[in-house]
Amino acid sequence: MPNMSAIVHPQQRHFNPYAENGGTILAIAGADFTVIAGDTRQSEGYSIQTRYAPKVFRLTDRAVLAVNGFAADGNMFVKKVKQRLEWYKHAHAKDMPLRAIARLIQTMLYAQRFFPYYVYNILGGIEEDGSGAVYSFDPVGSYEREACRAAGAAQSLVQPFLDNQIYFKNQTAAPGRSHPSHLPLPDVLSIVVDSFTSATERHIEVGDGLEIYIVLAKGRSLQGVEGLHGLRELSTQEDGERVFVLQRDLKKD
Amino acid sequence: MNSFASRFIASSAENEIRQAKAMAEEEGLTDAMWGSDAGFGSLVTGHAFNVPAVPDPSAFLRLHTDDHADPNCKIKIQHGTTTLAFRYKGGVIVAVDSRATAGSYIASGTVKKVIEINPYLLGTMAGGAADCQYWETYLGIQCRLHELRNKERISVSAASKYLSNLVYSYKGMGLSMGTMICGWDKTGPAVFYVDSDGTRLKGDLFSVGSGSTFAYGVLDQGYSWDMSDEEAQELGRRSIYAAGHRDAFSGNTINLYHVQEDGWKFIGNYDVTKMHYEGPGPDVPGAPVGGYGYDVRTHGRFSVLPTAVPA
Repeated sequence: MPNMSAIVHPQQRHFNPYAENGGTILAIAGADFTVIAGDTRQSEGYSIQTRYAPKVFRLTDRAVLAVNGFAADGNMFVKKVKQRLEWYKHAHAKDMPLRAIARLIQTMLYAQRFFPYYVYNILGGIEEDGSGAVYSFDPVGSYEREACRAAGAAQSLVQPFLDNQIYFKNQTAAPGRSHPSHLPLPDVLSIVVDSFTSATERHIEVGDGLEIYIVLAKGRSLQGVEGLHGLRELSTQEDGERVFVLQRDLKKD
Repeated sequence: MNSFASRFIASSAENEIRQAKAMAEEEGLTDAMWGSDAGFGSLVTGHAFNVPAVPDPSAFLRLHTDDHADPNCKIKIQHGTTTLAFRYKGGVIVAVDSRATAGSYIASGTVKKVIEINPYLLGTMAGGAADCQYWETYLGIQCRLHELRNKERISVSAASKYLSNLVYSYKGMGLSMGTMICGWDKTGPAVFYVDSDGTRLKGDLFSVGSGSTFAYGVLDQGYSWDMSDEEAQELGRRSIYAAGHRDAFSGNTINLYHVQEDGWKFIGNYDVTKMHYEGPGPDVPGAPVGGYGYDVRTHGRFSVLPTAVPA
């Protein structure tokens, strides 16, 4: 009797370098500011790996990048973007403008067209004309400038809320009045906080903590950020664009 | 770069480039990384794509990105579109919808599916959004270089052939694009259909995407070479509306462009729902008052009239 276990059977192997780490990110552009936020929970399947893994990063004094999807790819991508921005600064003695960072991110993502980063990016900040801007990307680099965007696990919960509250979709203005094209900062901040508390209530991959980055245009008053509890400034200069970060708790169950 | 011809060039500049190339390869550094050439790769090293170290890279890519074969795959590439372009005596009309879908989720309703390659050339986007955006931007760079080298604008035919040759060199690697390159050159208005299989067709009238059958229905019925500009624009708008109305993967808004001898012009952005109920406006010849929807035409004459409740 031959030993059957010694016979080699054909085997199929999969190379699966991707995981999904949950979480949600969101950005809203105002007339002269931009707010970029993300929760801090990182999970795989039904287990929480950590309650504090930042998904939003300051790139320059006028650009903030939020990454969502596969955390390992996301962290490596942010690292490489920061490296390219530093090289740019050494070569040109200035920070890269926001629209150029957006194009840089497109080409960096597309360079991985045949081995993609599994990452959804949202870039927020201040354009050279002083306006608030949000750029959203797909994993292989197609991008578009928008006024607001949510991405990640709770995208389908948060985006319709934003469409209604920011774009006033399916809302009719009172007779003789019109909807504002940009909301003031305090209104945007409360919409962001409400988006995440609501997403936390209904999505298991969202929660733990919330990090909100606020970028203000050059010369803009601190109206709307002054007196906010726990506000930290991250900008390197006081006379340019300014970056602030706010931390809030979300439910941890 | 023509590598066959370059073998016979022995200029010192050529040698310098070869040396630079060798050095760049050795150090794994390229000029592109310093951020001065938009990341499109330098002329020295050309394009560098990273490919997974597996026996069949395109099978790997398909496994992780093709949501047609496997709806649960992680990386969703945007699909679903209606785009059209046609040639007539007054130029080229280009009309597209603005919806991007990932599975059944509407990922965006504000996508720019007309890519402005340069003031005389337009490209449309169907299939992979990133593939179209990236390669048509790249085409814009090559068209500008053609202008500088030849002191003359590139023909639509040459531009479209550049693109079709380029995507053909990636055949089987998983690129997905169905595009129309539209413009005006010495030969007059021109439309070329180019897709990622390598197909390149010259024609008067094309529609691409999941809603193309609906658009063709309206377009073929209303098309004639001798239309006025207003009639042609209305036909483009009405055709995309039809697709937006009947194809679930198309809709939101219509973007309309007109290419004439002096380059392209953006005509407008029209909400599909607004077109249904109100139409494009009172001063558009041929457009029905009260919208494109048929409710307005059947009102009060429908076979099932609301019946009065007998007393």
